[in-house]
Amino acid sequence: MNLFLTAALCIAATGACAGKTFVSNERGNTISVIDTDSWEVIEEFDGGNRPRGITLSPDGALLYVCASDDDTVRVFDTASYEELYTLPSGPDPELFVIDPSGSPLYIANEDDNLVTVTDTQSHSILAEVPVGVEPEGMAISPDTKWVVNTSETTNMAHFISTDDYQIKHNVLVDQRPRYAEYTSDGRRLFVSAEIGGTVSVIDIAQDGTPTLTQKIGFDVPGVLPEWLQPVGVKVTQDGSRIFVALGPANRVAVIDGESLKVIDYIMVGQRVWQMAFTPGEQFLLTTNGNSNDITVIDVAREKAIKSIPVGQQPWGVAIMPN
Amino acid sequence: MKNRRLPLIAAAFLGVLAGGANALDVRAGVLRIDYSALLPISRYDLRPDDLAFAGAQLAEEDNATTGTFLGHSYETVTAAATPEGALDALDAMLGDGIRHIVVDARAPELQTLTDRAAQDGALVFNTRAPDAPLRSDACRANLLHIAPSYNMQADAVAQFAIWKQWKRWLLVSGSNPADRALADAYRHAARKFGATIVEEREFEDTGGARRTDSGHVLVQRQLPTFMQGAKDHDVVIAADATDYFAAYLPYHLWTPRPVMGSAGLRPVTIHGAHEAWGATQFQTRFEKLTRRHVMEEDYNTWLALRVLGEAVTRTSSADPRTVQDYILSDAFELAAFKGQKVTFRPWNGQLRQPILLHDGRITVSVSPQDGFLHQVSPLDTLGMDAPESNCTAFE
Repeated sequence: MNLFLTAALCIAATGACAGKTFVSNERGNTISVIDTDSWEVIEEFDGGNRPRGITLSPDGALLYVCASDDDTVRVFDTASYEELYTLPSGPDPELFVIDPSGSPLYIANEDDNLVTVTDTQSHSILAEVPVGVEPEGMAISPDTKWVVNTSETTNMAHFISTDDYQIKHNVLVDQRPRYAEYTSDGRRLFVSAEIGGTVSVIDIAQDGTPTLTQKIGFDVPGVLPEWLQPVGVKVTQDGSRIFVALGPANRVAVIDGESLKVIDYIMVGQRVWQMAFTPGEQFLLTTNGNSNDITVIDVAREKAIKSIPVGQQPWGVAIMPN
Repeated sequence: MKNRRLPLIAAAFLGVLAGGANALDVRAGVLRIDYSALLPISRYDLRPDDLAFAGAQLAEEDNATTGTFLGHSYETVTAAATPEGALDALDAMLGDGIRHIVVDARAPELQTLTDRAAQDGALVFNTRAPDAPLRSDACRANLLHIAPSYNMQADAVAQFAIWKQWKRWLLVSGSNPADRALADAYRHAARKFGATIVEEREFEDTGGARRTDSGHVLVQRQLPTFMQGAKDHDVVIAADATDYFAAYLPYHLWTPRPVMGSAGLRPVTIHGAHEAWGATQFQTRFEKLTRRHVMEEDYNTWLALRVLGEAVTRTSSADPRTVQDYILSDAFELAAFKGQKVTFRPWNGQLRQPILLHDGRITVSVSPQDGFLHQVSPLDTLGMDAPESNCTAFE
């Protein structure tokens, strides 16, 4: 009932509170904008060369895009879609995470084995942290004391203290770690390993010390194990469900947060990589790089309900806060 | 390629080494044997001076970066030698205490070097020799094969041909021993996957002019007549391991058909345009380092040293025995920009890897093809399988 009311109010307010989703199209060099009420693509604008990582400022006013081949982060107005300015990112920015306060941005520089820390206010680089080969996954602990980077060829999760930007812990995981995601209480971290085919479960002690406790594997009848390639990971706020995008297996695994067992696989588009929740976690959106679309998953029902064609090779997805 | 910067970086990370990690100094050698040879048919195939060594340098950097977090440092010594000077070059490495040696050589030299290395307990990685006997009767307990065999190459092409329903093959091979060995691999592949070789022809290597101003005029007149009157076929399979004629086949056939094998669609471990599965990152790192495109010798050497680095990372040991045991164990896996982990066949030391099918510009396809299954791994549909190998060195 409440949901209906909210929806009605939004329409009455001439779309002012209509949710917007931004999708980076890696090969198309564009950003697709999707209205999350109508699920229509309402705009597609130039995102720079090879846009991959994509995120929003906490107030939803600014859209940050890793324009990988431009060696910069492009910043867009989420209302007008105009490019406002660029931020120094270091070379080949791939994926980043933003401090909940809106600054800094922690950026993985895939070609240079660095994590660049960029102040979004002063537009300056605060630090460059040397990490393993081909850094990609980025996560920030809920208490903002730690930034985690995963390096795809070194196969580690690096734990960087946000106090001094020094690495304090390294945890070896399986081959080609792509993504890291904390639980909302910060006591657990999930790291996907694309080629290893696993998600590592890393428990975090009170002082931040990580311990690798187990690895979650996947098994889908009729799908070769080689194609079960975990990439994006999203955990619900209450920690009850973990969703894992399985790349060329064209499925999202649903894991029970308590038992850490896979309980279902949801069919989505082809080569599913990154994901994002809509506000309130009603829907989970996935980017499907080979079918050039977005799948909308109804989180409560754990079912795919819709697919939305976007630009060429969708990579990342960011959804406006309400 | 000693990197004097590394100890400093390592020191910076000493405070964060995993508990119990010990400092390790991992030293490897890369020995490339240079054979006297005619110029290749295409200038694109000219061998750069840093061939293979450039791959070693990238691998050393990759391994060293990882090593900084574990207290492991890496040093790679490279040497190029003539076939006659090969043993001396190896002895120098062994004398220097190096026990992990990547060898880019043909089978006869590889065998001699491997046996010499065994005397000192050294592990050898074969990055070049594709010969079947090395993976069967002539296998060695201290020899791991990074390079795909002729059988893996032929099976990769055969699977694609079957997938396309191009089942009638005209096999054209060269007359040198290596060409004939490669042709054998295609005959085997045809039997294995259900293709029919409707006819075979051997294009004799009589020497002759290459890359001369008017060479193409002769080729244009001679090759079509050589290819004339063949039985009906879907595809021409070229077996020219010595690179003297196959490159001329496309467009100079009598009957217009696709060419695969040593020309047209070729089975390779890497090429400079391969982008899938994160390979773009590998390409950009390699090009930044070398200012040229990657060649198979570079990738094979990079992969050999990454195999070593991965084993050292996981075992915290540089002991050749420990490293090799781990590499051949079920626990070993490595990402190599091929879309799935590469592993080893424990019964003959062959690396399992997908094979790219390359038309000179792009990756046309990648084998194993969909639907070719195996009880261990689809990758084992490429090349000699356990029951076919007489290798007992690993038992």
